[in-house]
Amino acid sequence: MKKRVGVLALQGAFREHRQVLEHLGCDVIEVRKTSDLEGIHGLIIPGGESTTIGKLLQIDELGEKIKELGSQDLPIFGTCAGMILLSKTIIDSDQYSLNLMDTVVERNAFGRQVASFETDLLVPAMGPNTIRAVFIRAPYLREVAPNVGILAVYDGKTVFARQGNLLACAFHPELTPDLRVHQYFLDMIDEH
Amino acid sequence: MSDIGSLKVKTGLAEMLKGGVIMDVTTPEQAIIAEEAGACAVMALERVPSDIRAEGGVARMADPTIIQSIMAVVSIPVMAKARIGHFVEARILEALGADYIDESEVLTPADETYHINKHDFKVPFVCGCRNLGEALRRIGEGAAMIRTKGEPGTGNVVEAVRHMRTVMSEIRALTLMPKEELMTAAKNMGAPYDLVLYIAEHGKLPVVNFAAGGIATPADAALMMHLGVDGIFVGSGIFKSGDPKARAKAIVLATTHYKDAKILAEISKDLGQPMTGIEISTLTDSQRMQERGW
Repeated sequence: MKKRVGVLALQGAFREHRQVLEHLGCDVIEVRKTSDLEGIHGLIIPGGESTTIGKLLQIDELGEKIKELGSQDLPIFGTCAGMILLSKTIIDSDQYSLNLMDTVVERNAFGRQVASFETDLLVPAMGPNTIRAVFIRAPYLREVAPNVGILAVYDGKTVFARQGNLLACAFHPELTPDLRVHQYFLDMIDEH
Repeated sequence: MSDIGSLKVKTGLAEMLKGGVIMDVTTPEQAIIAEEAGACAVMALERVPSDIRAEGGVARMADPTIIQSIMAVVSIPVMAKARIGHFVEARILEALGADYIDESEVLTPADETYHINKHDFKVPFVCGCRNLGEALRRIGEGAAMIRTKGEPGTGNVVEAVRHMRTVMSEIRALTLMPKEELMTAAKNMGAPYDLVLYIAEHGKLPVVNFAAGGIATPADAALMMHLGVDGIFVGSGIFKSGDPKARAKAIVLATTHYKDAKILAEISKDLGQPMTGIEISTLTDSQRMQERGW
């Protein structure tokens, strides 16, 4: 059966995630309202502006519904802004959070746009070949609870982590042709 | 190895802004209102386009103090404008840590022949266009994001519509041409051949394209999204209107839910007075900012 994967399409780079998922053979649903969540096997929260997406999530309780599904084991993968939105604590901010992962996230942790970079990142769970990781005004996880598995570290900072059905990375796998990160998420959906 | 300021991270930030609204602000207070309303970035300015239009004189890069005071109060990206061709203003904005530079026709051009060589910078640039040739020249110079020029400070969407329709129909035409016609098309539109080939093959611009210049209502924003832009710049349209908070929020919602007319009807209610508009035909040639740049 084809996997039906939602991509939160309120703001940000949702189209790129859609293209990668379609390439991997999924049915993709762009999620803008609660009814779009029906019947999905997993959800991606894309990069974008976390404050903007957070505001839009509060309309018609879309965020609350996602939170409920996430706590009921729906696989959810957040990239960049998505990592921020998944974290229970956002440093120096009272912005909206889905409050799902036991992590403390710091926004714009590598600096402003002029400090944005790409690098070769080793993700042991995805084999010995590095992943080209694009960091754009990226966050990182300053603290993670013991139940959170760290998948990758850059410059001493946790940039990729998993907690059960929840996956979060600080970089943008949707902007590079390497499909391994998305495939890892689809494998998580299979496990559930 | 790590690569700072690569083309990928420059175009990548624009990808993250998609589906969002970038708002002109002139004070930290306005920047906070914009962020609260859900803006995905702000453009820090000394005067909004309609005031530049009304006051006349030479319009320049904003005072760095204004830009820094805005950067200090919001967590979203802060953009700033440099005059066309004024690479020193651009260097100053880069040194300040601006997240994006708009080489903008809203300011008085500093060079009547050449735009900035944007490849030389770590900070990404956005530039305006009226047609595909102009868009591809700017991308050839290193712009990581494009926007329609529209006619800034008028609150009249007609020029933004004209420019977007022109770009889209020129893209469609290239995709239908046999290969031997593409060099002549490149010559006729004054565009780099390699980018013309890219358009012919992919049917889209290689960078993100926003609408700008005249957007004043949620319906205007939704119209531009339907025409195929990736997101919206609102200049004078918010803080020159009767109720900036409500209007800013409504335009953000309209940009996300542009396909849902019921939502658009709901959010278009009770927004107070929109900015006073200007009929384009009343502008003299020298008052048309879109003619600046080449």
